Amino acid sequence: MRHLLSISELERADIERIVEQAARFAEVSDREIKKVPALRGRMVLNLFYEASTRTRSSFELAAKRLSADVVNFASGGSSVEKGESLKDTVLTLGAHKPDAIVIRTPWVGAAALVAGWTGAAIVNAGDGKHEHPTQALLDVYTLRQKLGALDGASIWIVGDVAHSRVARSNILAFSRMGANVTVAGPPTLIPREIGALGCEVRFSLDEIAQADVVYALRMQHERMSEAWVPSLREYAAAFQINRRRVSARQLVMHPGPVNRGVELSGEVVDSPRTLITAQVQAGVVVRMAVLYELLSGARTFSPVPEPQLA
Amino acid sequence: MAARQLAHSEMPLASLLVREAHLLDPRAGIDGPADVLIENGRIVEIAEPSTLSTERRGEVLEGRGRHLLPAFVDPHVHLRSPGQEHKEDFETGTRAAAAGGFGAVIAMPNTDPVLDSAPLLRSATEAAGREARVPVGFLATISKGSDGQELTEMAELRAAGALGFTDDGRPVTSAGLLRKALQYQRLCGGVLTLHEEDPSLSRGGSMCEGALSAALGVGGIPTISESTMVARDAELAGYESGRVHFQHLSCEASVRALAAAKERGYDVSGEVTPHHLLLTDEDVRGLDTRMKMNPPLASEQDRQAIIEGLRSGVIDCVATDHAPHSREEKEVPFEQAPMGTTGLETAFAALYTELVLPGIVDLALLVERMTAAAALFELPTPTLLVGEAANVTLVDLESKWFAGEHGWGSRSDNCCFAGRRLRGKVLLTVAAGAIAFRERAFSVVSAR
Repeated sequence: MRHLLSISELERADIERIVEQAARFAEVSDREIKKVPALRGRMVLNLFYEASTRTRSSFELAAKRLSADVVNFASGGSSVEKGESLKDTVLTLGAHKPDAIVIRTPWVGAAALVAGWTGAAIVNAGDGKHEHPTQALLDVYTLRQKLGALDGASIWIVGDVAHSRVARSNILAFSRMGANVTVAGPPTLIPREIGALGCEVRFSLDEIAQADVVYALRMQHERMSEAWVPSLREYAAAFQINRRRVSARQLVMHPGPVNRGVELSGEVVDSPRTLITAQVQAGVVVRMAVLYELLSGARTFSPVPEPQLA
Repeated sequence: MAARQLAHSEMPLASLLVREAHLLDPRAGIDGPADVLIENGRIVEIAEPSTLSTERRGEVLEGRGRHLLPAFVDPHVHLRSPGQEHKEDFETGTRAAAAGGFGAVIAMPNTDPVLDSAPLLRSATEAAGREARVPVGFLATISKGSDGQELTEMAELRAAGALGFTDDGRPVTSAGLLRKALQYQRLCGGVLTLHEEDPSLSRGGSMCEGALSAALGVGGIPTISESTMVARDAELAGYESGRVHFQHLSCEASVRALAAAKERGYDVSGEVTPHHLLLTDEDVRGLDTRMKMNPPLASEQDRQAIIEGLRSGVIDCVATDHAPHSREEKEVPFEQAPMGTTGLETAFAALYTELVLPGIVDLALLVERMTAAAALFELPTPTLLVGEAANVTLVDLESKWFAGEHGWGSRSDNCCFAGRRLRGKVLLTVAAGAIAFRERAFSVVSAR
């Protein structure tokens, strides 16, 4: 694998290889010295154009546990604020010859675009509302730890699908792994024709009892420029995952950060049947596996491809 | 009303003899091989093939195996001057037009500043008079600043030469303002040319809403954003007995709304672009910013409907919506990129390759639709008839080329057809009697 840009370009075997590698790395995290020399001398550049706590810190931690050097770049306080274009920023930072660039932007397709401008391996850490592939991989990892396999499992993804890159990556990843995926939420937050991704669509939680796993999405206030639901109160009344709607049999997941009392009730967040903490823990080992997948072994620094616009 | 003068630079009038070309002018009923003699920019004689003497002043061109057509007319181009000359100007834009076989173009007023007053319009017209290789007509904006609030001084703008009015790039959101413009049109004439989009439906969108926009997470623009506005404005035009032209129609529902308006006898017309006729949202999958335009590329069903609309005549003409943008502006993530593709240099070849060769549209019909805009804007229609000013283009329908292989006449290279293998190449364009374009590899038989 050269880059990790989206789940859509992965086969089931790719996903399995990465999560199995992550399981091997999990053992490292339990050691007293939490570090292996696998990527010593490699440089990983974190290029974040959007706020992030867990994704960025877990990529940083993952790289450091593999003994790679890490450079963090946030658009705030940088030349981006002076109007530098994405391309110029990437070319400038690319001059330091990073082996991998982990990039998060608010723009669909930006990671793929950057892959054409530099010889580094690109890891998409979120491109607008498109994909967040490492989130999906860590969610698959977490569920496999819990369920063994995802084949035949019923997974409901609930809430703001329209603004969620996590939803898109997870619909693809869960279905690749053999699960039956249903998305549910108010019609204003479910894109028309989302079913083409291979999921069922529901506009209520009446049948949520059939789900083995309930994956609640964050209400993305920051990506909403207008009111998509009449009120958060009404949303919560119809779509909140709370003790009334889920039983002890069902696993609950959330990509964080949680809006307590909106998509999840506080008691569900704090209950032992939610996997939120396990997801965060999985974040580091899965990202270790991704960096290892892309950077281990002999790499030739490939020449920069021609610009796409001929 | 007398035909308005279009602006173009002074160029020497052509004298040339085109021998044995296949002449095709569907309106004039001309379809067959002939010799054509052009003297001082006028068609002076048409005769049986290889009968006209080559012993005369001027160039002699070998036309055998080639087609001589009336030069095309494009009612919708963005020449970007004044203010955005890093994208295009009158010289480069009309160079692109001539290279595509166009003998006249109509420039949109969404420049910087927008053409919303007579002095600005006159200044742009003068600049075109110095720089343009093919005649350029101008539209002025409907509203001051093109911001949809107050009418421009439409009568004065008409007197200064505006062919009509448009807020192109933006819709006229307020039905009340459009109604006023239609009322005022009775006083001053001029076509009201409408970019149809309901911003409350299109906001936040970068491509057509559908399965692909859902999968990519790119904000979708539903086709109803256009079609509901076409339906609304057709009713406004009917109510006020006004004259309205709908720009770049992109979907089935809009064609249906236009057909219904025509059936009711409203004075409405419509245009369609080569990219909407030939591409769909599937072409956006790779997020190539050259595929980002407004209105966005729609579904295959929509594409079939607009092809049928063009065939049946519900849609009157082809327009390129030539929209140049600099490389820096387009070399950004898809959602950040400005909307628009260039189109002047590829329009005929792309439509010939994809619609005429497979037998979907007749060549004569394509020529008719690529020249029909003239009459819609009260301009003289290019023709091959003797006595008329020479507005002709000589094309080689056998010639194969890759779009953009030798660069572009336009200053910008954001062409959605770049790299496509096309059939049919423009060899020579005569606009307003002067040679505006000559293919580099195309040599003359003799010149005296």
